[in-house]
Amino acid sequence: MSVEINVTGEVVTAYLSGELDHHSAKQMREAIDTAVELNMPSLLVLDFSGISFMDSSGIGLVMGRYRNLQKAGAELHINGAPPNIYKVMKLAGIEKLAKLEGGKTDGK
Amino acid sequence: MVNNSFSMTLLSRSSNESFARATVSAFASQLDPTLEEISDIKTAVSEAVTNCIVHAYNSGIGKIYISAELIEPNTIKIKIRDRGKGIENVPKAMEPLFTTVGGERAGLGFAVMMSFMDSVKVRSKVGKGTTIIMSKKISQRFSVNG
Repeated sequence: MSVEINVTGEVVTAYLSGELDHHSAKQMREAIDTAVELNMPSLLVLDFSGISFMDSSGIGLVMGRYRNLQKAGAELHINGAPPNIYKVMKLAGIEKLAKLEGGKTDGK
Repeated sequence: MVNNSFSMTLLSRSSNESFARATVSAFASQLDPTLEEISDIKTAVSEAVTNCIVHAYNSGIGKIYISAELIEPNTIKIKIRDRGKGIENVPKAMEPLFTTVGGERAGLGFAVMMSFMDSVKVRSKVGKGTTIIMSKKISQRFSVNG
């Protein structure tokens, strides 16, 4: 599990990789929240293209970040979700909270 | 007819979540599932095991009993049982977005299990524990080599 942060202007992109479950979610959440607190972005992009597995703990992570960003008037985008992760996101209706891209085998 | 089965007991440590889903999906691979079917099984097992850790044992340490059966010709039946605190109101707990812990839990565990498996049965007794039995039929493909 790892999180790589890239900051460009007012956009913070977090590249997530590995497996996202209840065990790993806390560390990922902390890394993302630290970057958001430091940079106060107007847009947070969560890039899931490196995530090989995700259960509803990932939905909890997305919903929690969405709530924090909403308070600050910032937006959330989900990029590169592989098909298995896209399926869980759609089941949870994440596209109502964030721009959701992915669902294809190449993660685009 | 049951033609293969396994069982194991794990401690309710969160580091065992990935071990549990990987083991069950490796067992299921005998039915030659598609990548999507394997991913569905992994996700459902992960939800059930996480429920034992977060809810049944309330992040304390207890035992999780996992077993699986392959039923001819192409069904996997998975049983995940704990001896934790039990669920007071099972239908309520199975409603999407219902959670007793709030915070970072989405309340979607049972919704995921029900959506990704063909059937999910929950038996629970307060103070005694919870048993989840879920099954999934694997699509049958014909191999080139017969």
